[in-house]
Amino acid sequence: MSVDRALGIHDDALIARARRATILASNLANADTPNYKARDLDFKAALRDAMPGATAPARVRMLRTHVGHLDAASVRPRLDGVSYRTPHQASLDGNTVDADVERGEFTKNALAYMVSLRFLGGKFKSIASAIKGE
Amino acid sequence: MSLLSVFDVAGSGMSAQTIRLNVIASNLANADAVTGDGGRVYRARHPVFASETPSFMEVLDGLGEQPVAEVRVVGILESDAPPLRQYQPNHPLADEEGYVYRPNVNPIEEMANMISASRSYQNNVELMNTSKQLLLRTLALGQ
Repeated sequence: MSVDRALGIHDDALIARARRATILASNLANADTPNYKARDLDFKAALRDAMPGATAPARVRMLRTHVGHLDAASVRPRLDGVSYRTPHQASLDGNTVDADVERGEFTKNALAYMVSLRFLGGKFKSIASAIKGE
Repeated sequence: MSLLSVFDVAGSGMSAQTIRLNVIASNLANADAVTGDGGRVYRARHPVFASETPSFMEVLDGLGEQPVAEVRVVGILESDAPPLRQYQPNHPLADEEGYVYRPNVNPIEEMANMISASRSYQNNVELMNTSKQLLLRTLALGQ
């Protein structure tokens, strides 16, 4: 049994939480940027992809029906798992960031990060006590 | 992408908001700078924020839109609104027709802008503080 499997889903959850924190921070930093669209990570989907036995999301390929078409095979989905938020009320400058929503989500995400940390710490403690055999 | 990049993103937001506060201070300080020449009067300035947008070639090369974007101040524009023209023939700076020109700064607008900038700055500070705590907790993992 590898250490990675002993940790279960919690290390993946921690990485996903950290990634979501940076995305929410980007939203808040761009709260006054015209035409900026608020983004968020679909945490449930990200966790489902990290589960053992999960299938990778299907890649969409561009069809080349003409020699003049550019090869778009190199276009990678950089925004994987990240999508745009539907605003309650968009502002006139095209910005869709609601600072209160983002702040709340960031705090919730930080708490969930600490929960994952606590779980991971517990796993490490059990592994350590199993090694020592006390 | 780790929690450390929160510091870059929030730092870019703080520096952008600082520039905004500086420009507001300049507008308010010059709000009463009267001149006798309509072409040389102070005009209200406003910073323009933008987030990093990838070019077409960057998208083709697979360097498309990143989920995390920093803020940049792409420029500071002067307001096009006409300066206030006031008839004050006794003013030492008045032109031949007796008019002086005041800047097109709206102090109420600037004050509202200042509060908005200050709130946004505080939000970014909060982000940095929370991320610092999370990182310190992560460092203490397993102890």
